[in-house]
Formats: sequence, structure tokens, C-alpha cells
Amino acid sequence: MSAALRILAALAAGLTFGLGLALSGMLDPARVRGFLDVAGAWDPSLVFVLGGAVTVSGLGYLLSRRLPAPVLDARFDLPTRHRIDAPLILGAALFGIGWGLSGFCPGPAVAALSTGAVPVLVFVVAMLIGMALHGLRPAAPTGHPRGVSPPA
Amino acid sequence: MSTFLPPLAGGLLIGLSAAMLLLLNGRIAGISGLVAGLGRPGGARWLADAAFLLGLILGPPAFALLAGHWPAMRIAAGLPVLALAGLLVGFGTRLGSGCTSGHGVCGLARLSPRSIAAVLVFLATGMLTVAAVRVLA
Repeated sequence: MSAALRILAALAAGLTFGLGLALSGMLDPARVRGFLDVAGAWDPSLVFVLGGAVTVSGLGYLLSRRLPAPVLDARFDLPTRHRIDAPLILGAALFGIGWGLSGFCPGPAVAALSTGAVPVLVFVVAMLIGMALHGLRPAAPTGHPRGVSPPA
Repeated sequence: MSTFLPPLAGGLLIGLSAAMLLLLNGRIAGISGLVAGLGRPGGARWLADAAFLLGLILGPPAFALLAGHWPAMRIAAGLPVLALAGLLVGFGTRLGSGCTSGHGVCGLARLSPRSIAAVLVFLATGMLTVAAVRVLA
């Protein structure tokens, strides 16, 4: 019963996310790259997307701290790592380069699959390949990518 | 219409989605993590994660039904650049454990030091990349 409710809740949350992306302008790579173009014709309007999203998400997080468990599941599944390490920084740097080149990050790219546009499909397939390539790396701590020292 | 109202309203909806997924299912709305998890079927949360992504894909058509037009989508990059960018985004978000949603919308809201660092780094390299492309093009 609650498994079915969890699936429905996730579907509703996903739809809300996709609607929000469509309304916000984040599905428009030209606009996203305009937001990143701080040295040129900077379009700051997408600051409001992140500001609005973090505010409501933060209220949700504060509320979750007062609950023993989520409404439909046994426990909260939150990240437990705290150390800022080399994979985090290198990964974020590579992601930012790809984001700047294309104007797409994962959420808008997946949502935009429904437009049927071929460039979106090319981006998402390449993204899945990139994720799979990461999965092929030897497991830490024996095998870090070349040129990256293991976290101290 | 004011240029900041749709981004603000869209952002509020995105935040609402993250709050819903956390409060109802106890999950972080990190899109790159959810997508990567699709490749590991069988887990207890696989169906719910897949349902979230299905809802996400249905978002733009739902917007088109409500608004009477599809959201704007202007893609300047050619297919080879998009393929390279996709590889970087896919590999980078796995190596860095998140993207704009997981680190940005959810991690910043939790004041996670890892997420704050990640957001600063991907904003910086994104801005540098756009500037470099403009100079070279």
C-alpha cells in the first residue's frame, strides 16, 4: 500500500519539478548560457529560480528535521559524507564545463526528452554513457583517476 | 510580464518538488543520482525513482497543455559539442556526486559544505566555459 503511495508521490513530485523547470526558463539552453555569461550580456533572471527553489526546499528540510520519519517511508535517506575531497571538486568542475558548453544540466535535459528534439536525445545518451564510464572506473581507494591524488 | 516572475514561480515549484520528495518519501531530489540509479534495477526504491523521472519528462507537455505553448528551447551548440558536453555532465555529476538539483536545490537548502563547494565550482567552470566559448567563437 505505502509502496504504491510512494510511487504516486514520486510521480507527483517529478511532475511538479518538470512543470517548474518549464515555467522557469531552465529548459532554454540559450537562457541558461546567458545566466552563466557574467562577463558578457549577463541574464540574471535565473538567480530567482535557484533562490525560490532553495527557499522552499530549505523549509521542507527544516520541517523534515522535526519528523521522526518521512510520511510514506521508514527513514530519511540523506547524504552522510561531509569531507570536501578531490573527486567532488573535479567532478563538479567537469560538470560545469559540460553545462557551460551545452546549457543543459541533467534535470532540464531529461525533462526536455518529451519535446522529441534530436539534440536533447544526443545530449542525454552521451550523459548516460558518461555515467556508465564513471561506473567502469576501478573502485576507490585502489584506483583513482590518473592525475588525481587520493583524499588525504 | 515581468522577466523574473516566471523564474521565481518555477523555482518555487522546483523547491516544492524537492520538499515533497523529502517529506513524503525521505529522498533527495537529485536528478543525476536518480538517473544513474535507473541502471541498477531491483532496489526497493527503483520504481519510485523511475516514477519521479517519468513525472519529470511529463512536465513540459503538462506545461504546454496549461500555457498553450511549449517552453522556449534554443540550442546553439552543434551535435558534436552536445555529445562532448553530455559525456562531461554524465561523468562529472557521478564523480562529484550530484548536479544542479542534488547539490544546488537540495544541498544548499541543507547548508551542506560539500554541496556549497560543488555549486561554487560548477558555477565557476560553467561561467569560465561560456566566456571562453564567446572569446574563441
